[in-house]
Amino acid sequence: MSSDTGRGAKADRIRHLLETEGPAVEANTLGFNQGRYDSVADLEDYEALKAEARAIKEDAIERLPELLEELRETVEENGGTVYLADDAADANRYIRELASENEAERVVKSKSMTSEELEVNEALEADGVDVVETDLGEWVLQVADEAPSHIVAPAIHKSREEIARLFNAEFDPEEPLETAEELTMFAREQLGELIREADIGMTGANFITADSGTIMLVTSEGNARKSAVVPDTHVAVAGLEKVVPSVEDLAPFIELIGRSGTGQDITSYISLLTPPVDSPVVDFDDPDVAFADREDDRDFHLVLIDNGRLELREDDQLRETLYCIRCSACANTCGNFQSVGGHAFGGETYSGGIATGWEAGVHGYESAAEFNDLCTGCSRCVEACPVEIDIPWINTVVRDRLNRGGEDGQFDFLYDELVPDEESGGPALQKRLFGNYETLAKLGSATAPVSNWMAGLGPVRTLMERTVGVDSRRPLPAFQRETLRNWHEKRGSRVSAADANREVVLYPDVYTNYIDVDRGKAAVRVLEALNVHVRVPDVPGSGRAPLSQGMIATADEKASRVYAALAEHVDAGRDVVVIEPSDLAMFRNEYEKLLPEQSFERLSDVSYEVLEYVYGLLENGADPTALRTDGPELAYHSHCQQRTLGLDAYTRAVFDELEYDVLESEVECCGMAGSFGYKEQYYELSMDVGERLAEQFTTPEASDRLVVASGTSCEDQLDDLLARDAVHPVEVLDPRSRHH
Amino acid sequence: MSADSPSPVERFETSLDALEVSVTRVEPRTFDEALRDVVLDPETVVGTPLPFDSVSLPDWVDDEPTPATLEAATTGVTAASLGVADYGSVVLPGTPDGSEPVSLFQDLHVAVLRRSDLVGDMRTAIERLGPQLREGHSAIVATGPSATADMGALVKGAHGPKDVHVLLLEDGGAADE
Ligand code: SF4
Repeated sequence: MSSDTGRGAKADRIRHLLETEGPAVEANTLGFNQGRYDSVADLEDYEALKAEARAIKEDAIERLPELLEELRETVEENGGTVYLADDAADANRYIRELASENEAERVVKSKSMTSEELEVNEALEADGVDVVETDLGEWVLQVADEAPSHIVAPAIHKSREEIARLFNAEFDPEEPLETAEELTMFAREQLGELIREADIGMTGANFITADSGTIMLVTSEGNARKSAVVPDTHVAVAGLEKVVPSVEDLAPFIELIGRSGTGQDITSYISLLTPPVDSPVVDFDDPDVAFADREDDRDFHLVLIDNGRLELREDDQLRETLYCIRCSACANTCGNFQSVGGHAFGGETYSGGIATGWEAGVHGYESAAEFNDLCTGCSRCVEACPVEIDIPWINTVVRDRLNRGGEDGQFDFLYDELVPDEESGGPALQKRLFGNYETLAKLGSATAPVSNWMAGLGPVRTLMERTVGVDSRRPLPAFQRETLRNWHEKRGSRVSAADANREVVLYPDVYTNYIDVDRGKAAVRVLEALNVHVRVPDVPGSGRAPLSQGMIATADEKASRVYAALAEHVDAGRDVVVIEPSDLAMFRNEYEKLLPEQSFERLSDVSYEVLEYVYGLLENGADPTALRTDGPELAYHSHCQQRTLGLDAYTRAVFDELEYDVLESEVECCGMAGSFGYKEQYYELSMDVGERLAEQFTTPEASDRLVVASGTSCEDQLDDLLARDAVHPVEVLDPRSRHH
Repeated sequence: MSADSPSPVERFETSLDALEVSVTRVEPRTFDEALRDVVLDPETVVGTPLPFDSVSLPDWVDDEPTPATLEAATTGVTAASLGVADYGSVVLPGTPDGSEPVSLFQDLHVAVLRRSDLVGDMRTAIERLGPQLREGHSAIVATGPSATADMGALVKGAHGPKDVHVLLLEDGGAADE
């Protein structure tokens, strides 16, 4: 979406969802997300459990053809049938034929995203079959004729009041329904009647074991149990990636899935059904025959869906998607999702961070393109994911392919100019602008302050909004004429290499070098105060900016240039200190995909976040009194990527050691996320996400504190939200600090 | 494990307590009484025969339920094959005589668990279940009552029981199925 009107329409749609569905989605996802933190904290070895879960999925997808063969044999031995469907149409045809052979008038279903992917309800209904969703949330949506907004809790966008209005209008009960209890009991009764008379029960499957043919269903209501057991015919539909080798492999997933998703240690029912099941059919047409006396001949069909999955399995970049257990953690932890929910942050079927991978795999890039931009790469979902999927990377890869016209490598050009080439089919102008921010910053700094006056002019802002979609409500960062490198070159190092404890290279990231030069200077003074010799060489941008726009080739080239510029320093035993967490995250994470393994390791091993480095120096005997210790009370927001890297603890520890009074934010992301908050179509969403942070920092306890943030974007966002200046932690510690 | 860390039974009880599930320790000789104390209405209790030597269902429990009696009953009594201390879960095998519907359709489900069938953690429970599932059997790992938050607040008894009560048989003895 690159045109002015396209951006406007997108902004309108997001605004509408922020107003209508936002509040309910926010309350629910924040609850799930907090529940996850609380619940995984009880696990003795959460990280090991995740690694085990990951290994099981990796192995299962690796051995998929062989496991599918084993599963087929097992299910057939048990007396069931397996059908491997190529695509949705194939699966639906099979299921419709089954319904017609059974002369089925009604199918009862328990919740299954895979069945949403198939749109099997519509297919059956076209044949006159009554299809009933028995999960309460799904049923609400069926009555309301809406699509799920969340892969686990499909109706979280609806408040109790709305559901009450819906039921009262639709069913006209004698007494109007009001409370959650009344609504639930009403639904239970209605659905109980419908299940009684069902001819076929349809379920999904969270996992299927090849060794026993068992399907595992994770539910809390009990409707899946009823759907599977009451009628004599059971159809389970599942993506073929759901198969795992053995029953024993289920253990880590049972412990992780509820905790990761809705924050429950375990859901009420983990059904382990090996169909056709031993349980008797509950046949209300034969009400007086004892269960024990029945001779049931149950029918079971396992419909496994390919629908793009086998191709995904061959895709080195997107294969990880198949490890996804659809727990919803990546959605619940996502700042943008918390604000708009799955109706904005989703494609034809799937929603949330990983939905990009699923939609690209099963429905194609068009569907993924709808919402792919909503991933800001904040990476908070990475540690939340129980199978350790690098979800932002999947989003980046899909974005890159979309830039190139939807197919990998179709257009193999570089994105080096700011000027768009209309014929190239490359990324939209807006993406190019932000992706090439380094070029712009260089130019802006060289021509400052004129460039800043220009950028501040009303007509210029209007033009920028119209052409590239930089929202005119956002103040633009001011370029500094004197860059950090110029300053440092002139000033020279104050601690000679010969006398120093350590020698470091301070990485002059684009923002620090051209815009927030003050935090760079503070970093130099802090390091020198701790007896460190500091160099600030000429190193290009890390590639974070182009990467966030899906311009992988450009990012790849930057990575090589950064490594070339730093290699000699690394070889000379100098440490690399990074101020901007999103750039450090490049060195420590993404470069693994962009550099040769050895280069990646050499650089990432010696790269440190600046406060992490200060912490290390203090631990190793540096004198803390050289830093500013009598500073003000602080309100601190760590950076999203910094927290994913586990580095927030160091800032906290340094402040602690220097006896600062710190109040820390609890939100996942500030909402700015690099260029995201500047984009016209996302400005309001960005502010809505930021509002959660602003709320925490405007409480009576926090409103007089100095606002401190580790990331550039967080600082800008906090400046805008609070109209208070935000500074980097290193500026607080700067012995010459002006921030009182 | 240190000497004063809680025993599996105590952990099980703590877990159930957090789920608001009542648990009663019973001796085989007082089983009937204990069961009578917990059921909603002794006239409307269905159950499936308990596969234990030490106890069996009292006469006043309908142990040959039909769809009709299933619908009329308020309490269902079934055996649990395992308990999981860490989670307060009971493992409910699906049997041909109808344990699955009996444990699911009633307002109250009473699960009878032998103390000797209590294991500490989920992994052990799944390891025990492996061979049974591979023989074609099914089971539900049930933890607390049926619940939903889909209607705007947590409500118990969405499709299944509103309450669960665990009778923990003190003198389980050896496996005797
Ligand atoms: S990607 Fe990970 S966190 Fe997201 S739904 Fe899948 S398993 Fe859960």
